[in-house]
Amino acid sequence: MHEMSIALAVVGQVEEAAHAAGATAVRTVRLQVGELAGVVPDSLAFCFELACAGTVLDGARLETEPVAARARCAPCASEWPVGMPPDLCCPACGSAAAEMTAGRELRVTAVRWDEPTAPAAGAGSTDPTAETATEAVTVATTGRSRRTDPEER
Amino acid sequence: MCRVIDLQQAVLAKNDGCAQRLRADLAARGTTVVNLLSSPGSGKTALLEAELALAAQRAVPVAALTADLATENDAVRLARSGMPVKQVLTDGLCHLEARMLGGHLDGWLPDGTRLLFVENVGNLVCPASYDLGETLRVVLASVTEGEDKPLKYPTAFGLAHLVVVTKTDIAGAVGFDEAAFRANVAQVNPGVEVALTAARTGAGVGLLLDRALAAADGGPVHAPVMASQPLTGHHHHDEEAAPEPHEHTHAPEDPHDGHGHAHGHEHAHGGLASAQHAGGPRS
Repeated sequence: MHEMSIALAVVGQVEEAAHAAGATAVRTVRLQVGELAGVVPDSLAFCFELACAGTVLDGARLETEPVAARARCAPCASEWPVGMPPDLCCPACGSAAAEMTAGRELRVTAVRWDEPTAPAAGAGSTDPTAETATEAVTVATTGRSRRTDPEER
Repeated sequence: MCRVIDLQQAVLAKNDGCAQRLRADLAARGTTVVNLLSSPGSGKTALLEAELALAAQRAVPVAALTADLATENDAVRLARSGMPVKQVLTDGLCHLEARMLGGHLDGWLPDGTRLLFVENVGNLVCPASYDLGETLRVVLASVTEGEDKPLKYPTAFGLAHLVVVTKTDIAGAVGFDEAAFRANVAQVNPGVEVALTAARTGAGVGLLLDRALAAADGGPVHAPVMASQPLTGHHHHDEEAAPEPHEHTHAPEDPHDGHGHAHGHEHAHGGLASAQHAGGPRS
């Protein structure tokens, strides 16, 4: 049951970004959850609601997007859904997969929030109902590292 | 005004950042971390007792930190080796995180420690998601747990650098099918070494210490396929898997802030009696 820890991490990250942007209320948080991320979406949704209480995310909806796990074989140059439990050996040639291409995601992809009506830098016609990404803000983060990288030490 | 922000943040980025720093800090002190994961009752402590005793015999400076929800029983057992041992009580938290571990090492980990064994909370689910700054992640399973354990807990076994089977002295009695177990491990983690041990008879004892020392010396460590997915920065699963151009580490804006996640840690630590045992079994 580490979903509470995960939920607190999600809320913490979104809170930081929201405060930095001056957002007043977070409406939705979109999260990619890979099949092999080791997280149960239902449990996470429950914890997320609790973790949001009393923050700028209070009442926010969590939208989880499941991501199927896939691996790639180097000799065959093929990619396959590994299934659950996963089979990380190539169905064609039997050799070990060269890499996973998807399935371990656990990331916040997009957030929808309210901002005080824009001071509008010159652009007089801001559509207050626009819900599409007008100005994408990208926050670079330290991602999960390859813990087996020999150079890491 | 409502706005959609393309945030793109790995949820475990903070833990991973902490783990990276811990790994680097410890490497600078000459210490390598071995993270031991298994279900409760798999025999982590018994094997570790034997490995610590062997390290003591060989005068290899090792230390152990053991995490449980309650009791100091494991630390008492491990401290019989004479090696520095610390018990961490998680007060119910099901796993260790890198920042928690770092906090427990502050002011405790003796200088010159070559290997630090971290006996994680007995649990094959949650600890699998948290890098603790280890160089070697070892997942254990006893012969009584069923050959399909690696399939039931694919993330734990899939991310292991070494898999250790314990209690092999009773393998016959419980009908353990070694070949089936190995095949299941290979399915989720092709190429990983599977070692057989029996702490009670001493069979296979020393292998863990040898592998850990080899890793500490910079020897090759198995690279699990499951750990190969680049999860840094923008990564769209439906794209061709292009090598991630920004694999370099840049720290999150404020890695030491006290927000959100950290709250959980403080709670988990609240009122816990972290004890160091110099020895003296309490039997």
